[in-house]
Amino acid sequence: MDALVASRITKRYTNHLALDQINLTIPQQTIFGLLGPNGAGKTTFIRIINQIINADEGQISIFGERLQQKHIGSIGYLPEERGLYKKLKVGDQLIYLAQLKGLSRKEATEKSKTWIRKFQITDWWYKKVEDLSKGMAQKVQFISTVMHEPRLIILDEPFSGFDPVNAQLITQEILELKQKGCTIIFSTHRMETVEDLCDDIALIHKSKVILEGSKKKIKNTFRTNTYTVEHKGPLNSTAVFELVSQRNLEDTFYRSVIKMKQDLNPNQLIRELTEITEVHSFIEQVPSMSEIFISLVKGESHE
Amino acid sequence: MNKIWLIVQREFLNRVQKKSFLIATILLPLIFPALMAILVYVAVEQKKNASKDVVYYVDESNKFMADTSKFIFKEFEGSIAAAKQSFQEDQSYALLHIPDFELSNPRGFTLYTKVNPSPNEIGDLEGMLENQIRELKLVKFNIRQEVLDSIKTDITIRTINVSEAGDEKTSDSKVLFGIGMACGIMMYIFIFVYGAQIMQGVIEEKTSKVVEVIVSSVRPFQLMMGKIMGLASVGLLQFLIWIILITTLSSVVLGFFGLDMPQQQMMNEMSQEYPDAQLQNQGTMEVLGLIGEVPFGYLIFNFLFYFLGGYLLYGALFAAVGSAVDSPAEAQQFMFPITIPMLIAYFGLFTFILDDPHGSISVWLSIIPFTSPIAMMGRIGFGVPAWQLFLSMLSLIGGFVFTTWVAARIYRVGILMHGTKINYKVMAKWFMMKG
Repeated sequence: MDALVASRITKRYTNHLALDQINLTIPQQTIFGLLGPNGAGKTTFIRIINQIINADEGQISIFGERLQQKHIGSIGYLPEERGLYKKLKVGDQLIYLAQLKGLSRKEATEKSKTWIRKFQITDWWYKKVEDLSKGMAQKVQFISTVMHEPRLIILDEPFSGFDPVNAQLITQEILELKQKGCTIIFSTHRMETVEDLCDDIALIHKSKVILEGSKKKIKNTFRTNTYTVEHKGPLNSTAVFELVSQRNLEDTFYRSVIKMKQDLNPNQLIRELTEITEVHSFIEQVPSMSEIFISLVKGESHE
Repeated sequence: MNKIWLIVQREFLNRVQKKSFLIATILLPLIFPALMAILVYVAVEQKKNASKDVVYYVDESNKFMADTSKFIFKEFEGSIAAAKQSFQEDQSYALLHIPDFELSNPRGFTLYTKVNPSPNEIGDLEGMLENQIRELKLVKFNIRQEVLDSIKTDITIRTINVSEAGDEKTSDSKVLFGIGMACGIMMYIFIFVYGAQIMQGVIEEKTSKVVEVIVSSVRPFQLMMGKIMGLASVGLLQFLIWIILITTLSSVVLGFFGLDMPQQQMMNEMSQEYPDAQLQNQGTMEVLGLIGEVPFGYLIFNFLFYFLGGYLLYGALFAAVGSAVDSPAEAQQFMFPITIPMLIAYFGLFTFILDDPHGSISVWLSIIPFTSPIAMMGRIGFGVPAWQLFLSMLSLIGGFVFTTWVAARIYRVGILMHGTKINYKVMAKWFMMKG
């Protein structure tokens, strides 16, 4: 059973089409990266999942059921535009937000105390949010997102505003939540996060999904058969590969970027290379998510 | 529904736990009577202690007879130039120059002072001179004082309300006027103060960005209604405390100091000197009796109803404005159209509603929901026919259902919009937008 299946989601605003026939499948217990440039429609899509706005067409099912009011309690949402009540004390705030998610007062109090202890911030309980630093407030905000134990957690740019130490802490928590069975949707521009954490991704561009699948599979399709080789003595293009660039490192050592011409496997290429030169290192140039992102978005916008 | 209740609770606690609420609620009913008491006390003391000013006068007409009830007059024998000279060196207050005037055309009176005299003092002097000249004229035209006195008449109309049931009730339009004005002004202030608080709260939620977290848990409509109702409950609590405080305080004060109040003391003294004042005293008692006759229960019920109704009606609009803007400064331009009907009712209160509470404009203003809270409170003391009251209440309920519906449609879009340039066209677009 998938955590979320969106089929033909369309949302139209007066002047433009925010989402155009979006189809997405988010498997359970994965970290799903929702990527896309600004204004692509990510936030609109997330708001539809959170039932803040309604889609004009299409439907969403969540854990096999059609999305309804009652699912509010099983979704945790950390919006990009986030904040807390400044004048409210941390404890009251957490209890209130959890109650709004459907927890009883007793449960809400217990859960928030557990999390406060876990993050070792018990002395903040009676502090007003306005007296906390930005990073501290972000921690409280993260607790409020996950404390009602949602099965689906949506994080919109979760690391903005976090210092590296806190970012590390939150990353740990996210991985732990995944271990426990949660599904996490990440909406972000930060490709290193995607690289590190995400299992599956979808790229939304100009209101459409232009790329979807597991990170590994996507990387495979975007392989360019390019390799970086360090070797002794200069190298020239052969029938098997084409020399893209070459740079002298020291003495007679060179670093070259080569591209396979024929449909060979890396072993065959190494065999070919060892015959003509002395190979010191051989690395396949796998495209980073960032490169894939840029090439797709740029390619689209040139059309 | 359960979630609205949570929001109501939260809003209520947020406000009530603030120190400012406690201060406003407890001090306000104390501050106003205390301020009034201090002012009255100061005024009485000043009158009591004020020594009469010395006024020198130079009388060239030989017609002036000094009346010493308000000033001490001292005649200066000699020319006005010499008088001015000596006035400069003197401690006295003023120098009055009375030239030799024609009785038919009295002119040329001059008052020399070292400081600017108050209009009251000028008035006193003018009055005195006018009286004297009038008397001189009476003599000249051969009219006797008794004749003049017999012309003067004093009539007071006693007004009695005849209700449909045929009961007769004494009423005093001055008391009703006062009650109507007080209720109307209070209504205006309360709707504004509480409405502004709703707007403030909405803007705060929007600027602190907490709103998107909240609307992922509750519907925007629930959030808006929770906020409005939470504040309404704060308002009702505040009224309740005020009513209890004021009634207990005033009964304590009246029972304790009632006989020792300065005015009453003065009145007792006067009544010994002048038997006339006895009548006046009776008049005061009558007014007190009339105040006792005003149906306060009926008044309070209506006040609360119109406060709640007016507050809900305007509160929703204030919430909509708050949702559309990013800062209170930006809200100013949208406040204007909201305040216009309130202002019409408010100024109407002073210009025609209290003067003519049963005139057709007054009646219509008290039925139209946007103006009825203030207009009806102005009229209510004078007795409003049941059908008008009923129609007014019904249209007020309809009015706030309507404004809440309109406001909710703007609110749900507005709270999620940041940094957009807002005008009425944009708001209309939001209103038309599908969920």
